[in-house]
Amino acid sequence: MEYTILILLLPVLSFLILGLAGMYMKHRVAGCIGTLSLAVVAVLSYLTAFNYFTAPRTAKGVYATLTPWNFEWLPFTNSLHIDMGIMLDPISVLMLVVISTVSLMVHIYSFGYMKGEKGFQRYYAFLSLFTFSMLGLVVATNIFQMYVFWELVGVSSYLLIGFYYTKPEAIAASKKAFIVTRFADLGFLIGILIYGYYMQTFTFTPGEEQLMKAGMVLPWALGLMFVGGAGKSAMFPLHIWLPDAMEGPTPVSALIHAATMVVAGVYLVARMFPLFIGFAPSVLHWVAYIGAFTAFYAASVACAQSDIKRVLAFSTISQIGFMMVALGVCTSMNPHEGGLGYMAGMFHLFTHAMFKALLFLGAGCIIHAVHSNEMETMGGLRKYMPITHITFLIACLAIAGIPPFSGFFSKDEILTACFQFSPVIGWIMAIIAGMTAFYMFRLYYCIFWGKENKELHAAHTPHESPISMTFPLMFLAAVTIVAGFIPFGHFVSANGESYNIHLNMQVAVTSIIIAVIAIALATWMYAREKQPVADMLARRFSTLHRAAYKRFYMDEIWMFVTKKIIFRCVSTPLAWFDRHVIDQFMNFMAWCTNAAGETVQPIQSGRVQSYTMWFLGGIIVLTVVLLLV
Amino acid sequence: MQAEISLAIILIVVLVADLVLKEPNHRALQTLSCGLLIVQMVLNIVPTSGEAFGGMYHSTPMASVVKTILTMGTLLVFMQADTWLSRKDTRFKAGEFYLLTLSTLLGMYYMVSAGNFLLFYVGLELASIPMACLVAFDKFRHHSAEAGAKFILNAMFSSGLMLYGLSLIYGTCGTMYFDDIVTIISGTPLQIMAMVFFFAGLGFKISLVPFHMWTPDTYQGAPTAVSAYLSVISKGAAAFALMSILLKVFAPMVASWEVMLGIVIVITITIANIFALLQKDLKRFMAYSSISQAGYIMLAVMGASAQGMASLVYYVVVYIVANLAVFGVINTIEQNNDGTVDRDSYNGLYKTNPKLTFVMTLALFSLAGIPPFAGFFSKFFVFASAFHGGHWLVVFLALVNTIISLFYYLLIVKAMYITPNDNPLPTFKSSALTRASLFICLLGVILLGICSSVYQVLTNTALL
Repeated sequence: MEYTILILLLPVLSFLILGLAGMYMKHRVAGCIGTLSLAVVAVLSYLTAFNYFTAPRTAKGVYATLTPWNFEWLPFTNSLHIDMGIMLDPISVLMLVVISTVSLMVHIYSFGYMKGEKGFQRYYAFLSLFTFSMLGLVVATNIFQMYVFWELVGVSSYLLIGFYYTKPEAIAASKKAFIVTRFADLGFLIGILIYGYYMQTFTFTPGEEQLMKAGMVLPWALGLMFVGGAGKSAMFPLHIWLPDAMEGPTPVSALIHAATMVVAGVYLVARMFPLFIGFAPSVLHWVAYIGAFTAFYAASVACAQSDIKRVLAFSTISQIGFMMVALGVCTSMNPHEGGLGYMAGMFHLFTHAMFKALLFLGAGCIIHAVHSNEMETMGGLRKYMPITHITFLIACLAIAGIPPFSGFFSKDEILTACFQFSPVIGWIMAIIAGMTAFYMFRLYYCIFWGKENKELHAAHTPHESPISMTFPLMFLAAVTIVAGFIPFGHFVSANGESYNIHLNMQVAVTSIIIAVIAIALATWMYAREKQPVADMLARRFSTLHRAAYKRFYMDEIWMFVTKKIIFRCVSTPLAWFDRHVIDQFMNFMAWCTNAAGETVQPIQSGRVQSYTMWFLGGIIVLTVVLLLV
Repeated sequence: MQAEISLAIILIVVLVADLVLKEPNHRALQTLSCGLLIVQMVLNIVPTSGEAFGGMYHSTPMASVVKTILTMGTLLVFMQADTWLSRKDTRFKAGEFYLLTLSTLLGMYYMVSAGNFLLFYVGLELASIPMACLVAFDKFRHHSAEAGAKFILNAMFSSGLMLYGLSLIYGTCGTMYFDDIVTIISGTPLQIMAMVFFFAGLGFKISLVPFHMWTPDTYQGAPTAVSAYLSVISKGAAAFALMSILLKVFAPMVASWEVMLGIVIVITITIANIFALLQKDLKRFMAYSSISQAGYIMLAVMGASAQGMASLVYYVVVYIVANLAVFGVINTIEQNNDGTVDRDSYNGLYKTNPKLTFVMTLALFSLAGIPPFAGFFSKFFVFASAFHGGHWLVVFLALVNTIISLFYYLLIVKAMYITPNDNPLPTFKSSALTRASLFICLLGVILLGICSSVYQVLTNTALL
């Protein structure tokens, strides 16, 4: 499997070429370089997955963990060293497939979407950089390599959100995303340092002896790592950056803020899963509670948003909450006894990446057609954009959990795992699933049905997008239709053994009924030209509606905490101390050094005699000192 | 012996070529000597060990790696000397430059793989005396002659002291063979004195305080290519020789020489930094910078282990590329602008020569030890090695000093990028060879840091 190194090298190569020489290229050439290298990466990833999953299992019935590349980068002690390499195991291979597929689709799609944009080459360079970082993150052989790529992913996300750097909102959003995730990463870093310090290793699978040494602090380390994961995966209350990140180009939202980077936190928890189960089950349950609350919060906000990308952003947050819950409700490594959630979470990660990328790319087509993100400029678009309409509908059905689309199967497994853990969580998640179906169909009806904005459409008739944009839609829609029938448990499960997915009829029927009711409700409220019920409800519960529209004032609360409390009570006094005490001390030190320089200058007289005197004096002093010691 | 023999043959070939060529043909000589050095590197790329002259010559795999590194550095210096040697007043004697440089290189080869103090001394002198000629190469210009005189006087003095120390060793041990001395030596007062004298002799070559006084005058006066050669190749060879002899011969006296080194390192780094702060002349400034870097190189010796040895060699490699990049830029600016080496004349260089400025900046960052450039990793490894040896106080003081060094390195960067200047130096194009050498240095500064697994390879070689 040595060829896997190409999966990392090609994107970084394409980044370097496009970044350094891109400005001398034509748009088409630059786009082709990026897309072709990604196409090769995608083929290689499929090849890797095929080879990996067709190789025979080991005696224990699991797929062997392979490390085709590894080199020691920074040694500290014999056991503690930072390595860089490639590790293949079921989840990293799964992620390779997900990332390269979505990234390839986004590369193709961007040909049409970004056509004629200024900085087209730069855009493709950044896409390559992001893909490289994300792939490096998932194949990391140790937690520190993961951290390095984790930050690289953050940087490339920052660059892409701020792609339209002349727009003040884009700049603000990129800074917000970077600062919030970076703040969370501080927790991750401290967690890694604790882990490394007590375990004396950075590997994911420490030995018995190392675990014995660190057993006590491991929950802290893992909890802090989860903070970093929560930042990247936009868990409440660190989710505030994700809705704003929608200022970036829409394909970027599809790639980074829906399918790949934001699930890095889920991937992190899955990566550390054996340690969570073995040493910090209570932390794992906190993951579940936070995930459940986030899912609920985001779903309720999504019901009141009017910007279609914002709706999708909150839906992403909510769905990631589902994945976190799935991982969090696990109580053992055995998928038959409480370990089902692991498989379910990873399954949902896979299916969600596909249909959410599809939704975002579809939204991109719509925005392309009407030149606006607001729902009121849309309505009745189904006549103008048939392909977008059908594919969007498929994705909506998938996320709502209607069989036979992929989302149904993965969500059903998550609900089963939740019910096994506790019926309360199970019912809560089932209701959130219903809310998901409701707001997704609200979105669908408002875009494609409902009242058409005639004036706007007369001035500029919406039209279907070019083939470069519709092809990715159709491809992803096809994946969404069939992905549910993949025997996923056969490839990925908590203990690595093959697991046959079987639908829990009770749960499946319940969730279908809830979804159908929610869709019916949405149809009743939003499908017609006029929406009396929705307007009436909005007026009746205006406070609640307004609060949900304003995302329950979370941004304002953060602003209050940072600006009013932290800046005023902590930063200002500290700044004074820094300015007057520390700076002055440093100035004093600098003055001392300079003065010393002036004083000793005459020693260097230029006379050889005095040089030899110093030489001889030095020898005598050294000899005397050594004789006395 | 293979490396020494092939280098001696190269020396003879260059000598004959210089005699045979009727017209003083600088270009042909340069091509010949650069080509032959590449051949030399390729021939000796595989680390070997060997003995000759009944144990007087004893080469280890690590020593042969060091020789290859020194050869590479010399090649880079040859490439940078291009413009200087094609000047009218040096062109006719260009052959001598190559000859003299190659003979000092041969001397260093013997120094790093000696098995006996006599051979070591012969190597040392072979490396010193032609060096004095090199320093005085531009004898009608600037202070070249003065620099040469100062160098040779100091070299004589330190050789004398070293010989005195060696005779004390012979007197107390009755042998000059490294392998025999280590079994006899025990750290009597006389032997301590001998060791200090010996150390002072090498301290002169490495330019440790207080044996460094010749360095600024010599670097300033010597032709820039020679200063570059002195600052990296000569220093690197001497540092490696010192470490291997301290570990091999003076191993029983480790407690004493660790104290000595600790004192010398702290003084060296601090004094050099304080002096460097006030320098305006860039060559003089680089002299002090190289003294302070020598202190950091010596930190690796404090580790007294195979890792220490590896970190020393790694430091030397990184130092060679970074320092040669800086000297290369200084050299090409000097040659193309009538001998300008003043820091103030670099103001606003960014506007007219952005590429040179970029190379210089990265190299200075590396020298200052800013990640992710190679200099950070090399500093990290020497600190780690000294720390493992338990010398945390020395490490701490050295760390404090890196902050001062950061300041003065950044002064140059600031001058080039920020300080406003209405008439910056005009745009010019350096010669192709200079550009190639700068490119290699730049690659080294970037790649050696990212691929610091080179260090792992060196450790494995050191353990052989």
